[in-house]
Amino acid sequence: MKKKRLRDNNLKGWLYLLPAMLFLGVFMVYPLADVFIYSFEEGYNSASQTYFGTGLYNYSYVLHDPYFLQALKNTFILVIITVPLSTGIALFISMGLHSVKPLRELFQTIYFLPYVTNTLAVGLVFMILFKKTPYSDGLINLLITFFGGTAVDFMEGPYWAKMFVLCFYTVWVVLPFKILILTSALSSVSQEYYNAAKVDGTSKTRTFMRITLPMISPMLFYLVITGFIGAFKAYSDVVALFGTDLNAAGMNTIVGYVYDMLYGDSGGYPSYASAAAILLFAIVLTITCINLLVSRNRNLPGGTI
Amino acid sequence: MEIILRNLTKKFPSRDRKNHEDVVAVNDFNFEIPDGKLIGLLGPSGCGKSTTLYLISGLQKPTDGRIFFGKDDVTNLPPENRGIGLVFQNYALYPHLTVRQNILFPLQNLKGKDKLTKTEMWEKADGAAKLVQIDGLMDRKPRELSGGQQQRVAIARALVKMPKVLLLDEPLSNLDARLRLQTREEIRRIQQETKITTIFVTHDQEEAMSISDLIVVMKDGVVQQIGRPQEVYDNPANLFVAKFLGTPPINIFEAHIRNSRLFIGDDAVLRLPGLPDQEVYAGIRPEGFICQEGGELCCMKKGIEVMGRDISMVCTHKASLSPTVRIIVGAENNTEPNRYGEEFPVRFRLLSRKVFLFHKETEARIHMRECSL
Repeated sequence: MKKKRLRDNNLKGWLYLLPAMLFLGVFMVYPLADVFIYSFEEGYNSASQTYFGTGLYNYSYVLHDPYFLQALKNTFILVIITVPLSTGIALFISMGLHSVKPLRELFQTIYFLPYVTNTLAVGLVFMILFKKTPYSDGLINLLITFFGGTAVDFMEGPYWAKMFVLCFYTVWVVLPFKILILTSALSSVSQEYYNAAKVDGTSKTRTFMRITLPMISPMLFYLVITGFIGAFKAYSDVVALFGTDLNAAGMNTIVGYVYDMLYGDSGGYPSYASAAAILLFAIVLTITCINLLVSRNRNLPGGTI
Repeated sequence: MEIILRNLTKKFPSRDRKNHEDVVAVNDFNFEIPDGKLIGLLGPSGCGKSTTLYLISGLQKPTDGRIFFGKDDVTNLPPENRGIGLVFQNYALYPHLTVRQNILFPLQNLKGKDKLTKTEMWEKADGAAKLVQIDGLMDRKPRELSGGQQQRVAIARALVKMPKVLLLDEPLSNLDARLRLQTREEIRRIQQETKITTIFVTHDQEEAMSISDLIVVMKDGVVQQIGRPQEVYDNPANLFVAKFLGTPPINIFEAHIRNSRLFIGDDAVLRLPGLPDQEVYAGIRPEGFICQEGGELCCMKKGIEVMGRDISMVCTHKASLSPTVRIIVGAENNTEPNRYGEEFPVRFRLLSRKVFLFHKETEARIHMRECSL
């Protein structure tokens, strides 16, 4: 009797879950599985649904493709520079925002503006700032020459200049969200903790390191993890800055490479695209797992922070 | 360490856009707190008692007046240089640190010649933990402790630097009734053992009365009365203090004095030689009534409430300010307990030392001489 009731309950539970599972299955699980399968089918043609063999050739091709390696390198540089930098700057700015009283709302709004601005519009602004045209060297170059430097072609010049623009742009675009999250995290730390620290004569740095940081660390970890994922999936920002022919510009990213393999001028290779996508998936998964492990270790009882 | 508060005043700027008058949280507070005593700051919420505590701690700066610790003027000293320990209402234990790390935290801030070695710190922390009897919980996180244990950790953290003054902000408000009884005795014991001048804030008069050496009753930022708990109870300075202390609360009647007699309603209840005719408030403690045939005051008895040891008789009287008059009678006076519902008159004699008269406008106490009828 009891068992039957339990089974009925279970059935009811599954019934409630059904719509969500159906949608997730059709639009998430099935495509994912499909991509996984394509990545092992050599020369898959989506029009005729044919392929000539299965194996690891797609992976080997992608991993030996200099364009993919370039994209991999670009993506990693982007991730390693922008995630810590943007989180650090966001923390710095939110600490500042948290400690000013007058005009705080105004500053918060200003810092939040990039978040609601269209990526391509922001890209245009950056073009004006950095692009060298026959008529002008761009605003930044004007500044550089004003201070006695030589103008650099940021958009079509040396690799590091282009990477600088990309990192600068990415940091600027992801900053508002992080500032928003961190200011709310900071204001959720009870004033009593600071008062207690003050009564004990705790120095500013120690208060920050031993109280503020640990208190907001869940939010910091959240930002770092989503930051890593977001940066690994960078694509539209790069297009906004350097146009669609990213391989030629040497600024392609992994997602850009996948896109090019599918639809670009050199496109029409769903197998290679799938293999690259699976590789990206593996990288993101690994990094996220490492992040989670690190954050979990820090929260162990008795662990020192 | 005795603490002297001189003309201590704290004003907060008004948030109200129409009314720019400052809010006076503490108004001209003068008090010399003797060394080694336990002081209860008592008052309803918003009366400025917590502000007073924060002023003494240095977390807030007074608008006016001075604070002395012994002979030293500490008015402009930051909290860390005053040698105080402060226990917050919500304890403010750092949730990511263990109990030991929490207690060590203040010690690790010491610099220069006060700097301690690791063993010294651990010894001190263990000592403080032993004092508040949490030495078995040193490696737990605050969230793994009960409210009472957290409270003890907070006290240990405040005591570990051996402060000259210990300040407790509503130390018992987050505990349940049973734990509150236990913890307040604990606070008393710790204070007696350490002999540290201790000031605590509470809105619970029973709490303050039970463990304090001295209580300070405040209202709207103004000190109403300072004294030993029993003294304040037996001899309230004004109507507010009389109403604030005591459970069940004091019964207040509209009364008048005529021909040197106190009338409550139409009953002449006390003889008051030498007092001019006037309208007054008469406050009578619940224990000031004696049920007696031919007593002077006649109330309508509504029912009996039995609360363990005490029996309180619930009556009405048309001159009473509150709808009911509560009278504590001894169990032996429990006459006719079963007659509920219908009201019938009962007569009481009054104990004159339990009767207080207050001025109708100023609500100040009118002292009376020998006055039995």
